Amino acid sequence: MEVSRTELFLGFAKIGLLGFGGIAPWARHVIVQERRWLTEREYASILGIGQVLPGPNTVNSSIIIGDRFQGTTGAAIALVGLLCMPVTVLIGIALLYDRIANLPLVGVAIAAGAAAAAGLVIGTALKMAIKLKPDLLSIAVGLAAFVSVGLLHLPMALAIAVLAPVSIGIVWWRQR
Amino acid sequence: MNELLQQLGTVFAWLSLLQFGGTNAVVPEMHRQAVDVLHWMDTRTFANLFALAQLAPGPNVMIVSLVGWQVAGLRGLVVATLAMTIPPSLLAFAVSRLMLRAGPSRWLVIVKDGLVPVAIGMILASGAVMVQAADSGPLGLAISVGAVLFIVFTDFNLLWALCSAIAIGLLAHSFGY
Repeated sequence: MEVSRTELFLGFAKIGLLGFGGIAPWARHVIVQERRWLTEREYASILGIGQVLPGPNTVNSSIIIGDRFQGTTGAAIALVGLLCMPVTVLIGIALLYDRIANLPLVGVAIAAGAAAAAGLVIGTALKMAIKLKPDLLSIAVGLAAFVSVGLLHLPMALAIAVLAPVSIGIVWWRQR
Repeated sequence: MNELLQQLGTVFAWLSLLQFGGTNAVVPEMHRQAVDVLHWMDTRTFANLFALAQLAPGPNVMIVSLVGWQVAGLRGLVVATLAMTIPPSLLAFAVSRLMLRAGPSRWLVIVKDGLVPVAIGMILASGAVMVQAADSGPLGLAISVGAVLFIVFTDFNLLWALCSAIAIGLLAHSFGY
């Protein structure tokens, strides 16, 4: 698979621009489904690496994906592409905030959009899980991550520090 | 002014490398620095900026752009955004290079395979946290469930889900919900 610099930029700019309420759903949609740069499994494993490094996992994975297709330039293009639209929109919102924040319809639209965005994030995780056909132990690790952070509200760093070695250990044990 | 920019740069470059699990992991410390330690703003302003960052597209890290903007205008925004994104990006780049150099090593495959369920579980968790934070009543919950079904059972563009959700929200509002 070859991905040109222009394609990289446009793809990541689209992810950044459309990623209301979190970019994870859009990143998967554009990279795996729409442009087929990576398979579901390749994308998931890059996301896994991005998750254990400090920083947003989608930003980290974008760097790795950019580097893979176009080297150092590609990594830089991915980062700039991902951030340029959100920063522009953010400046616009900051400038207009006082004027638009108190319109009731804006509040209604944002609440509905936020509810949908939350559903898209959950749906993306479920869809990835379904497509990767995990075995029972992987499902157990995923559920432990979900319950500890999503329901019990434990710090994500703590959950990762415990679950990542456990999960890697399980994979190692089975492949011995 | 230069002193403020320097403060922004140091604080966020330091925080950037503590973002294990994403930006939300450092929001409490960011709040402590911005409000209690360096007195850049009061707690209400910080809360408003946080809400504002949720409105914008893009990764959650955009909260620092707004804090930078509030503290030192456009230059503050640029300094804060770069300080928060460059250090982790360099680290990710270094790891990317190490992986490319390692080639198809058995250990790398084991580590990557092991991290996949953790990453997917964490995405699921952040979606759950977003639903709880949105707290938008039965209609909001119905919209969230609808979006889950949309993405699991169709391959359509996600924009359809967002636009229909907003349309449903506005319609329901106009009928008095």
